[in-house]
Order: sequence, then structure tokens, then C-alpha cells
Amino acid sequence: MIVSLALMVLALGVAVYLGIRARGRSAMSLERWAVGGRSLGGVFVFLLMAGEIYTTTTFLGISGFVYGNGGAAYYILAYVTLAYVVSYWLLPVLWRYAKDHDLVSQADFFIRKYNSRGLGVVVTVIGVAGMVPFLVLQLKGLGIIVAEASYGAVPSSAAIVIGGVLLTGYVTLSGLFAAAWTSVVKDILIVIVVGFLGIYLPLRYFGSFGDLFAAIEAARPRFAALHTDDLGVSWYISTVVVSTLGFYMWPHLFAATFSAREESTFRKNAVVFPLYQLFLLFVFFAGFAAVLAVPGLPAGQADLSLLRLAKESLPPVVIGLVGGAGLLAALVPGAMLLNTTSALIANNVYKPLRPGADIGRVARLMVPCVGAVTIYLALNDGAAIVNLLLLAYALVTQLAPALFLSLLPRNPANDWGAAAGMLAGTGAIVYLTVNGLSMADVAPFLPSPLLHLNVGIFALVLNLAVLALVSLITFRRSPALKPEEIV
Amino acid sequence: MWLRFILAAVPFALFLGAVPWVNRVEPYVLGLPFLLFWLSLSIVVTSACMAGVYRLDPANREEAEQ
Repeated sequence: MIVSLALMVLALGVAVYLGIRARGRSAMSLERWAVGGRSLGGVFVFLLMAGEIYTTTTFLGISGFVYGNGGAAYYILAYVTLAYVVSYWLLPVLWRYAKDHDLVSQADFFIRKYNSRGLGVVVTVIGVAGMVPFLVLQLKGLGIIVAEASYGAVPSSAAIVIGGVLLTGYVTLSGLFAAAWTSVVKDILIVIVVGFLGIYLPLRYFGSFGDLFAAIEAARPRFAALHTDDLGVSWYISTVVVSTLGFYMWPHLFAATFSAREESTFRKNAVVFPLYQLFLLFVFFAGFAAVLAVPGLPAGQADLSLLRLAKESLPPVVIGLVGGAGLLAALVPGAMLLNTTSALIANNVYKPLRPGADIGRVARLMVPCVGAVTIYLALNDGAAIVNLLLLAYALVTQLAPALFLSLLPRNPANDWGAAAGMLAGTGAIVYLTVNGLSMADVAPFLPSPLLHLNVGIFALVLNLAVLALVSLITFRRSPALKPEEIV
Repeated sequence: MWLRFILAAVPFALFLGAVPWVNRVEPYVLGLPFLLFWLSLSIVVTSACMAGVYRLDPANREEAEQ
């Protein structure tokens, strides 16, 4: 127990040291603080984005989802890979536009494209609403990891508070460079740890991967495919579509895109990044092994399955390493999320209200505020990690219609339509989620396969319909951009 | 030009279009349930398709020459 705790503290120490050191001696402008001065090369962008993919979700959420729902978890392989295909064409366009107009945030992009500050506020609010559940799930994962890997010495609530405070201090001091440097350490650790667990655990309990899946099939027929109606083929396809569209709508991924040095980086990444997804197979293997080796965890505790299995079969030293890697897997994306959220609020909500304010300072002051809200929510929320992830994706995906339309040579939508569509879509998501409704409740007349669609699809259709209707009624073409109105 | 878009459409056909027909556990390939094998193979094919797109895209040639 002491050993595992010491290793986790060590991992944390290295992360903080690298972050503070990377800060350098030169003064921090908001642009440098938020997008790394647009000077990061291919390797760093690669690592930053990889840091985004391998988060606490990978670690606990996916194995927990496999534990609870079997083959439904494969959707993650599909949407991330398809998002890279889209990125080949999408990201160079976004990057060029952002560079030409000196944009630092996603909201800036919409403000410029639709020439409307009001739309910028709507986009910011939706982005923040999507990022907060994402940040909450990182902290929850952190709490689970520290509590399990310290064998209960640090309770999960204390871990959430300590982790949240550290994250806040770390981001305040160093911004995006901190995320980039820690990402290096984190990636190496997590590749070792996940690879090891995904190979060692199935082999130890079952002898080979083939035997593992044969045993699963014998115990729970069809569990390793899409085996239920609720999480069946139509759920899979609609969820992949919603999540693919949502992937680059994340304000932090959008902003990370701006930090690349040249646009060819994105086209190269689109070739290489899909292969990175194969790595998730190890997480699946570990999750399936847990199904038979540590059966009977209640639904609310499926996220613990990987660590429970590891603790039953490995010594505390290894558990300490697992904990350290998990800790970094929560801190790196957490830093980026917190960073972007604060920059967004400062730039796009505070600045229009108080034009003369020192925005860099406001952004730094926002960090602890957002951190405190997240800690509060993480302590009081009971949802499973993947459910939080799906909710967050459904929310940010509502930015997609207006974004893609704005890339057309002549945008048929205007700012009113875009804002009304986004609000209708996110409103529908929130309403359906809060009341626990599915497609069968909102559209019972549909043929049966369509009743299991992801509700995000319904919200997207509503979004587009409202966007079209309001754009027609208000009938104001997006006016030509006036330079003096650039934010 | 068309070849590039056909190459880019392949991953969507594999990951989305084909899934109703490959949603099965048997036959096992390399020890993996068939659906999981199919999706893993699709990842490799996607990477190959995007490598093809990259080579065919004139934008990359221009940048290399500069």
C-alpha cells in the first residue's frame, strides 16, 4: 500500500515538475498560454491529441463499458477512426482560417464566420456545458484510481478534491505547455501499463485470447457482439455518427488544432492516428477478462472492474504504476479541458461585457472557479463514465450543423438560425437525459430498429429543422465580414 | 479526384454499412470474435486508404516541393 501510494506521488511530482519547467522564462501572452504560441511541431500535436484519446475514459470507462455491455463498447473503435478520416479535410480548413484571422478559440471561429458576438456566447455556453461533464468524468476516474490503487488509504472523495486542487494550480502556472510535456510521460506510462494489463490478465486467467472469448461465449452467448436491442446495430450506427460529428466540436480539440505549425501535420496524422486505436484492443481484453474473473459488480461499479481484477492478481508495486499512469491519464486531458474552459469564458463571455479588462488575467482567475465547480459536481454525481461521455458528446455535436454549413462557399444559414438550432438541439438533449427518455418515447410511430437510435440523432434533426426555419424567417444572409468587428 | 473520395468512403462502408452483416461472434479469427476482428481490420484498411488519399492529394505534393 505504501509502495503504490509512493509511486503515484512520484508520477504526480514528475508531471508537476515538467509542467512548471516547460513554462520557460518569457512572458505569457494569452495566445501563447492558450495555444502554445502556434509553434508546436508534429510530434507535440500528435502527443497532445493522443493525450486526448487516452484518458481516464480509456482506462476505466471502456473496460467498465465492456464489463457491463460487451460488444457495444466497440463503437469507440469506429467513431474515433472515422473522425480521423473527416479530419483530413476538416482540420486544414479550420487551421488556415484560424491562422488568417488570429483566432484563439472555437467561439472566435463562429463569431467570425457568422459575424455575431451573440452566437459566440451561445457556442461558448454549449462548449462549456459539454466540457464540464467531460472534466467531471476525469476527476471521477481520478478518484476511483487513487482510492483503489491506494487500497482504500485515500478515500475517493479526498482524491477528487486533492486531484482537482493540483490540476487547478498546475494549469494556472503553465497552461498548454504543461499538457504537452506531461503528455509525453503519460503516453509512455499508459502504453506500458495498458499493454501489460491487456495481455497479462487474459493470459493468466484463460491461457490465450481465443480461450478468453470462447469462455465468454460459453458463459454469455453473443455477449462479445452487439447483443441487445437497446445497444444493438441501430444504436451502434447512430452513436458512431453522432460521436464522429462531435469529435472535432470539442472546444479543446478545436483549440489544439490551432496550435499546429503547418496544415500538412493534420493530413499526415489522418494516416497514422487510426492505427493508434488498435491499442484499445488491450482495454477490451482486460474488460472481457474481468467479466468472468470478477463477476457480480453492481451496475454502478462497473468502472471499477479493471482495477479490481488487477488488484486480485498483481503486487502493490505494479498497482502503484497503474495508479500513476491513471493519475496522469486524468490530469493531462483535465489540464487541457480546464485551460480551454477558462480561456473561453474569459474571451467570449467576460470580454464582451468588460472590453477593457486584462483578459489573460481573467482567464487565469477563471481556472480556480471552474476547478471548484468541477470538484463539486464530481463529488455529487453518480453516473457511469461512458454515460457521462455520451451525454457530453451529444451536447457538443449540436455545434456541428452550423460549423459545417459555415464552410460552404455560400452559407445558407444565418446567426439567428444557427443559434436557435443549437439551443433547440441541446435543449432536447438535456430534456431527454434529465427525464430518461429514449427514441421510443419521442417518436413511437417509427419502425422498430429506429426506436433504438441514439437520441443525439433526434436532437440533430431538430437542430437542422429549427436552423432552416429560423434562417428562412429572419432571412438575413450572413453579412460580409467587417474587419473592425473582429474580436 | 474521384479515386480519393472513393478511398475515403471505404472506411464508412466498413464501419457503418457492413455492421448489420458482420455483427456475429463466430467464426473466430485470430481468436477474436468476428465483429471485433472486422472492426480491427477496418482500422488497418482505413489507415491504408488514407495513405492512398495522402499520396494522391496534390496539396501534399505542392507542400513537399516548397
